[in-house]
Amino acid sequence: MRHIISILMENEAGALSRVAGLFSARGYNIESLTVAPTEDPSLSRMTLVTRGTDEIIEQITKQLNKLIDVVKLMDMTEGPHIEREMMLIKVRAQGEKRNELKRVSDIFHGRIIDVTDETYTIEMTGAGDKMDAFVQTLDAGLIIEVVRSGVSGIGRGDRSLKL
Amino acid sequence: MELTGAEIFVRSLHDEGVDLVFGYPGGAVLHIYDALYTQDKVNHILVRHEQAATHAADGYARSTGKPGVVVVTSGPGATNAVTGIATAYMDSIPMVVFTGQVPTHLIGNDAFQEADNIGITRPCVKHNFLVKDVADLAETIKKAFYVATTGRPGPVVVDIPKDVTAQKTEYSYPDKVSMRSYNPVHVGHAGQIKRAVRMMLDAKRPMLYTGGGVILGNAAESLTAIARALNYPVTNTLMGLGAYPATDPQFVGMLGMHGTYEANMAMHHCDVLIAVGARFDDRVTGNIEKFCPNASIIHIDIDPASISKNVKVDIPIVGCVDNVLKAMLAELGNSKQQPGEGTLDGWWQQINEWRSRECLKYDRDSELIKPQYVVETLYKVTGGDAFITSDVGQHQMWAAQYYPFDKPRRWINSGGLGTMGFGLPAAMGVQLAWPDDTVACITGEGSIQMCIQELSTCLQYALPIKVINLNNGYLGMVRQWQEFFYQKRYAMSYMESLPDFVKLAESYGHVGMQITSPADVEGALIEAMQMKDRLVFMDFLTDREENVYPMIPAGGGQNEMILI
Repeated sequence: MRHIISILMENEAGALSRVAGLFSARGYNIESLTVAPTEDPSLSRMTLVTRGTDEIIEQITKQLNKLIDVVKLMDMTEGPHIEREMMLIKVRAQGEKRNELKRVSDIFHGRIIDVTDETYTIEMTGAGDKMDAFVQTLDAGLIIEVVRSGVSGIGRGDRSLKL
Repeated sequence: MELTGAEIFVRSLHDEGVDLVFGYPGGAVLHIYDALYTQDKVNHILVRHEQAATHAADGYARSTGKPGVVVVTSGPGATNAVTGIATAYMDSIPMVVFTGQVPTHLIGNDAFQEADNIGITRPCVKHNFLVKDVADLAETIKKAFYVATTGRPGPVVVDIPKDVTAQKTEYSYPDKVSMRSYNPVHVGHAGQIKRAVRMMLDAKRPMLYTGGGVILGNAAESLTAIARALNYPVTNTLMGLGAYPATDPQFVGMLGMHGTYEANMAMHHCDVLIAVGARFDDRVTGNIEKFCPNASIIHIDIDPASISKNVKVDIPIVGCVDNVLKAMLAELGNSKQQPGEGTLDGWWQQINEWRSRECLKYDRDSELIKPQYVVETLYKVTGGDAFITSDVGQHQMWAAQYYPFDKPRRWINSGGLGTMGFGLPAAMGVQLAWPDDTVACITGEGSIQMCIQELSTCLQYALPIKVINLNNGYLGMVRQWQEFFYQKRYAMSYMESLPDFVKLAESYGHVGMQITSPADVEGALIEAMQMKDRLVFMDFLTDREENVYPMIPAGGGQNEMILI
């Protein structure tokens, strides 16, 4: 099953490589990984999407917790949460395709943020599967470039990951 | 007063209570060595190869419980130390390794003797630090010792660029350190302990399976108390030998691939398994699908990640094993239910039946020296009270099988990583920690050559180690597997062009002996032990094709042993 694991870690050089190294050394897969500082500059927040059986996910969270730089973590998918990802996608937009692309983008609440005679660049946010759906809707031949930020997540309501 | 980084380094070690470090100098650590030179509180042992520095510190740590400390230079100094760091990591040995680094402004420039020590050691340390500012040095050293010695212990690397050792700052060593991201658990969950004790009191065929954690956690006394209170059979892993007195009738021997028939059969048939400070390693479990098929499992361990990693357990208890065992004893004392008189009679009868199979018997009438006989005689000659280090291979298994350890921290071997070359340098660390005790290194002609250069260190520091070289002219364990599983195609397992070990030992300034007949084994050992101030290298020419039995072949269950 797919899990979104959010991690608060010491904002120190090499902290990211400890997490990445753990995943490669133990053969866990990483679907996406994002990291940036939080409002507390000494802390980074990492969001990691992985897949595995319950046993593997349990091991992943235990092994992550064991890393000295990891302060706290939460498996978002264990409770109500909001998942967001941003995608920038550049598509070939010529002739009658221009209108059609605009319509499809609107349906997915995308915003066209750059336009040339031949291309549109669309910005879109949402859960990962929405991005997948949008990309699949497009004619593969029209896609020039896809840039995805990787998933971020936050707990719903009172559920939060903080110190 | 302001001190240089190098002076702070030495002062910090002293304030941490370190009086012995193992190392090897080089360009990046010259300031540190200069600071070591001008004081006499921290002694430095000069090894002949950085790998040996880590193994020696490791042996020191295993035999004393105190952290081992190592200093090596940048680049090759650090990379040479990696095998020893990984060895300590796999066996959870507290160790702090200081690696030199090129000056901060050169880091990343492919400078002379530069290596990414932090990156290289990351997968085989508990944690590592790069010190970029002298103001952080003392606190980082404090943190390094704190992390290395608490929780599940392990090696910590501190990488110190050369310029940091020259910079000056005010020195103060913190009394204690707290880290918001690191809070090891000490006490087990009371509810889980209650549940576990209830399960144990209901057991009909219980089994205590204990590992290195009992030794690392100084819990041997508590383990012995609980085993005696409940009359449970006890088996130890390779790492756990000595945690329960091996000469006690409740001890059924080591378990696992080369464990005893009775230990493995008891594991297979038990109904309640209490795993204490053990991690269900593949060399213990054999085929995981066939492991303890009828048992409910209680697992006590300080590391939550060890629990249900390989085998799903029923009652996990995270905490210091000693605390948990003591809490269990207290709970047993308070419990209304008490172990029923004679409840385990049937179980013990069964175990004794398995015991009568005498799985460790070997041909005592052979005209060749049997390696088992050498170990047994060593036991006899040393009164069973020596510190024994070993290398890795057949001799390691024979040492584990035929030298029953009654005390913890007497058996020093590389169990997890299985590092050939460990034995001799580890023995140096042990001998330095215990100068008046007998320290023997049981090794083979393959392993000993991996760190043979340390015979020179042994001379410099007058370490009277007894090297027991079980020389069969083969990489014995490799040969055994090739005999069993590769139709005797002995690819590269024959050690050609062996040195004359007697002359070799003599050229290093030690005593060399070669023993070729079983009749001479005991006399030679007695003679060697009488040379209390000399290193004696004893080259025993043993039966070349002796195998280690019993053996669970790969993929086998614990009840599927090959017996002699």
